[in-house]
Amino acid sequence: MAGEKKQGLQLLGFWVSPFGQRCRIALDEKGLSYEYLEQDLANKSELLLRANPVHKKIPVLLHDGRPVCESLIIVQYLDEAFPAMPALLPAGDPYARAQARFWADYVDKKLYDCGTRLWKLKGDGHAQARTEMVEILRTLEGALGEGRFFGGEAFGFVDVALVPFTSWFLAYEWFGDLSVEKECPRLAAWAKRCAERPSVAKNLYPPEKVYESICGMKKRLGIE
Amino acid sequence: MSGSAVKVIGFFDSPFSHRAEAALCLKGVPYELIQEKDLRNKSELLLQHNPVHKKVPVLLHGDRRAVCESLVIVEYVDEAFQGPPLLPADPADRAAARFWARFIDDKVTVNPVRLTSQVSSGSFEVVNRDRSNGVHVPGRRQCSKAFWLAMWTEGEVQRGFVKEIKENLKLLEGQVKGKRFFGGDAVGYLDVAASAFAHWLPVCEEVAGVSLVTAEEYPDLCRWAKEYTSHDAVKRCLPDREELLARFSARKDSFVAMARSMAPAPEK
Repeated sequence: MAGEKKQGLQLLGFWVSPFGQRCRIALDEKGLSYEYLEQDLANKSELLLRANPVHKKIPVLLHDGRPVCESLIIVQYLDEAFPAMPALLPAGDPYARAQARFWADYVDKKLYDCGTRLWKLKGDGHAQARTEMVEILRTLEGALGEGRFFGGEAFGFVDVALVPFTSWFLAYEWFGDLSVEKECPRLAAWAKRCAERPSVAKNLYPPEKVYESICGMKKRLGIE
Repeated sequence: MSGSAVKVIGFFDSPFSHRAEAALCLKGVPYELIQEKDLRNKSELLLQHNPVHKKVPVLLHGDRRAVCESLVIVEYVDEAFQGPPLLPADPADRAAARFWARFIDDKVTVNPVRLTSQVSSGSFEVVNRDRSNGVHVPGRRQCSKAFWLAMWTEGEVQRGFVKEIKENLKLLEGQVKGKRFFGGDAVGYLDVAASAFAHWLPVCEEVAGVSLVTAEEYPDLCRWAKEYTSHDAVKRCLPDREELLARFSARKDSFVAMARSMAPAPEK
């Protein structure tokens, strides 16, 4: 291992992780070739622990051996290290970039935690999570506005941040007894539009697989 | 656009509000500060401009809609205005700065203001005590509450949080070892992100009567704190220490009561 110089891009990920998928989609959108290294999270590799000693989590991008951690930070890094088109963050427009960062941060702060509470909790906790989930989805739909994508005409940073969670919509619908199509038709249409992109089609798992994986997690945690 | 009027909606006690102001001061951008009087009773202006999170700081620039979230504001200021760069030029260094800023917000943040306004509005939960299946669901931000709890609880409960915080602070300190600032020779993005440790933390320690960060244990962090708080541009937008101390001292009892209600129930 010592003295071996790693070249190019490598991504440490976990198949169902929406955070890892963000990076894969960004890499494909930018036309970058990379080596994907699936990680066993129950038995973390030396490579992962060395690359992300602080959090010990995926995804981690290695660029010539130098690690970059945290999915949105990785996506921004790719945009800045490989500035050739297409830009994921709108180039030359600080205000548009700020809006993109704000909404990607919103997805990070709100969606995954709320989704987790939706499948983990019962009773009042579950009811609260359901209410919040609908509010989050509606807020995101508001941010989307009338555009094809969150940035307008071009698929960009916020789309990359959110699109992996579209595989989780089915699970949210099942566990939350809600319908994304009914609550947020424009968001549902956006999800379909994204699914047609090769980068998204290639890297997202079918919603049924995500749902199965959550059921597996529930079983392991002893949740009915 | 960069010639248009800049306003910040902020709050005296808030280190997050300071981040927005610090970025503007470092860039030499004049701005008008609009202080919220009471975050438990937010102004129409704030609610209008940050309907999503309803929080300070908010940056208003000309007639554009607001920029919200303190670190988003800092990056916006860096990109929209001339002046010394706040983020480093190299993409990998930028990624590292963003990583540690996020670490600060997720793992170690000091913000009695945000926590108390969340608790009194009922939107805060450290641990979800859903009794129907006894499952604890720590949110991603739970770790940052540990700092608050390390300060205002006692005994065994406190010791646990203190241990966690101290480990995280050591990791953060590693980033400023051998450097004048996190940003190197000049104050930058990560210094601004870490500003709560330089100015708010010592005040909280004094009010709580605890000592988490000593010069013996954290020589680099303490040295950096002095450098940061005495920096010309930064000094201008730091809240007066004595006034901050008085305000926090006046609320000590409510901080303690809140921490007690927030601490996880003892393991059975």
